[in-house]
Amino acid sequence: MWRWGSGMSISQHSGPPKVSLIYDPKVRSIAYQVILCAIIIFLAYSAVRNAIDNLARAHIASGFGFWNQTAGFDISQTLISYTAQGGTYGRAFWIGLLNTLLVAAIGIVLATIVGFLVGIARLSKNFLLARLSAGYVEMIRNVPLLLQLLFWYNAVLKALPDLRDSWSLPGSIYLNNRGFFAPYPIFSSGTELVVAAFVVGVIGALAFGIWARKRQEQTGQQSPVALVSLGLIVGLPIIAFFAAGMPATLEFPEKGRFNIRGGLEILPELVALVIGLTLYTGAFIAEVVRAGIMAVSKGQTEAAGALGLRTGPTLKLVVIPQAMRVIIPPLTNQYLNLTKNSSLAVFVGYPDLVQIFTGTVLNQTGQAVEVVTITMAVYLTISLLTSMTMNWYNSRIALVER
Amino acid sequence: MKRVITTLALAAAAVFAASVASAQTLNTVKSRGMLNCGANGSLGGFGLPDAQGNWTGLDVDFCRALASAIFGDPTKVKFVALTAKDRFTALQSGDVDVLARNTTWTSSRDTSLGLNFTGVNYYDGQGFLVRKALKVNSALELSDAAVCVQQGTTTELNLSDYFRANKMKLKTVTFATADEAIKAYDSGRCDAFTTDASGLYAERLRLAKSDDHIVLPEIISKEPLGPSVRHGDDQWFDIVKWVHFAMIISEELGVTQANVDEALKSTTNPDVKRLLGTEGNYGEQLGLTKDWGYRIIKHVGNYGEIFEKNVGQGSPLKIQRGLNALWTKGGLQYAPPIR
Repeated sequence: MWRWGSGMSISQHSGPPKVSLIYDPKVRSIAYQVILCAIIIFLAYSAVRNAIDNLARAHIASGFGFWNQTAGFDISQTLISYTAQGGTYGRAFWIGLLNTLLVAAIGIVLATIVGFLVGIARLSKNFLLARLSAGYVEMIRNVPLLLQLLFWYNAVLKALPDLRDSWSLPGSIYLNNRGFFAPYPIFSSGTELVVAAFVVGVIGALAFGIWARKRQEQTGQQSPVALVSLGLIVGLPIIAFFAAGMPATLEFPEKGRFNIRGGLEILPELVALVIGLTLYTGAFIAEVVRAGIMAVSKGQTEAAGALGLRTGPTLKLVVIPQAMRVIIPPLTNQYLNLTKNSSLAVFVGYPDLVQIFTGTVLNQTGQAVEVVTITMAVYLTISLLTSMTMNWYNSRIALVER
Repeated sequence: MKRVITTLALAAAAVFAASVASAQTLNTVKSRGMLNCGANGSLGGFGLPDAQGNWTGLDVDFCRALASAIFGDPTKVKFVALTAKDRFTALQSGDVDVLARNTTWTSSRDTSLGLNFTGVNYYDGQGFLVRKALKVNSALELSDAAVCVQQGTTTELNLSDYFRANKMKLKTVTFATADEAIKAYDSGRCDAFTTDASGLYAERLRLAKSDDHIVLPEIISKEPLGPSVRHGDDQWFDIVKWVHFAMIISEELGVTQANVDEALKSTTNPDVKRLLGTEGNYGEQLGLTKDWGYRIIKHVGNYGEIFEKNVGQGSPLKIQRGLNALWTKGGLQYAPPIR
């Protein structure tokens, strides 16, 4: 009679031989994790307990009651309405947060543009362009950011004229060391139509893009996507604006005795901060881009050349899509760095979250533990949201392996 | 970033340090052999280290007097330079034993910040510095002006209050430290720079062309500046309070650094004897030695002497005594008696 052999006889044993629980690797690993968790929870608990006890013993106010108290101080840049007499500490917090997000958003967009241009330029065959890009990267990323910010702030202030000798353009546009001033539209009723037209335009452009892509995949015919999108996104709202009877008036900046009031105002502090953050982070992004492009095998470029693609399309259709897989994770780091570095704003007088909240609010309320905790939570949230978005994008463009 | 890290570190210290606010500050200081004093670090006349690291200033001398009273040695002080923003956290967390950093005594600082102010070593008020070229003669003409201000001080609030009360428009540009604020003012970013009047005189000297700037006559606030300690240690509170009083009393009595040895030997005035410790045991009641008053005057001097040396006629600031003269000479400096 034929039998399965020894394999059969082993399977008659029920599991591994019985050992003491202490030596069971599974039990052990769970036990270690439980103990570690318990220690962490205990440490966290005793830290909080300790802080509360110490604050109570020193008769230092605690809790979040300050949130609705009147702030009473002025802020130079407010994206939402705020007055010293009516504004609360809570309102000041939101203003600081918005100012931080503004700087981070502008900085991220500009740094990405600078980074990609310089990164690609550094690989250029043009000797001058490549050397200049290399020089820029090496110089910028090896000097501390704070020094650069102070340099840009003073450079911006020194380069611009005094209020009385403002550079001006017709149409009430002024530039001086108090900032950049221009007319600003004030919208009245009827603007909803323009906004609706804009939304329709964006949706239309997206739909056209998807349709055009499908068409190209099926028939190989290309469509003027850029032109149509521009027409839909910009043209449609403009038509709507005139159709609604131009529901906007321009507010013109006016020269006062000391300052210019009204209209659009861009502070030199914001400009200096954006320049500093953009150039600094741009240098790092340039290196990330260069690494990404160099990670794409040379055979790919050669293959594209063999198929008759010119340099531009090769870069756009073959190299960059593959390079993006290498670029995205370190690019996320740079975005996070830029956001966190924006907290240096206080040194150039820009009212960001750290300046307003962990600066003035902390000092006026004296509630360091609460204020610092909130601020840390905010930066953590911003950073996690940024990396979530980037991870989602990364997973979309990641190599799909079969 | 450095400031943020300091703040975080101080907050962390407040969280983890088990018993920073215990009632044993004097013992802690004695066993450490060194007084930790929170000082300004960048304000001439009040707290400023020179190139060799020697600290000078009115507040600095106060800490030296305190160290003299405890150790009989004015050099046993470690000065910790603090920004306006970090100073309270540093005191609350036990990083410094006493805060002598031109700090305004206000009700909220006295209560919810957990501090005790021990006295007023300089009566100040907030003022404005402007360019002469602006042809402004009064702060009331400053409507619509851009004002550079330092963060983390009472000045931010006073400034808003003053403009609001006088129905004037205001643009503030707020900086982390006085250094950056005065630099921005100097480069034309602001029409005016505001801080305590004493600070205005000190900062004016650092401007590129100090003669092109004037201090406006208006004083828009009361700024009683004084040292402070943590809540919860009455003995330490008493010591810091009485070191200040002892310096005022000795000025009242005409006891100076130069004649204190003479006075110790030959005086017949019972007030002087009690101050210098040859009569009674007032120093021991504070937890110090009998001759605590003698030590202060011998090593540092009386209030009038440190005033003239640091901010008065003996200094570049040349500030008049004004409100800071003794009560007998039309000022506000007054001390309860030692007895």
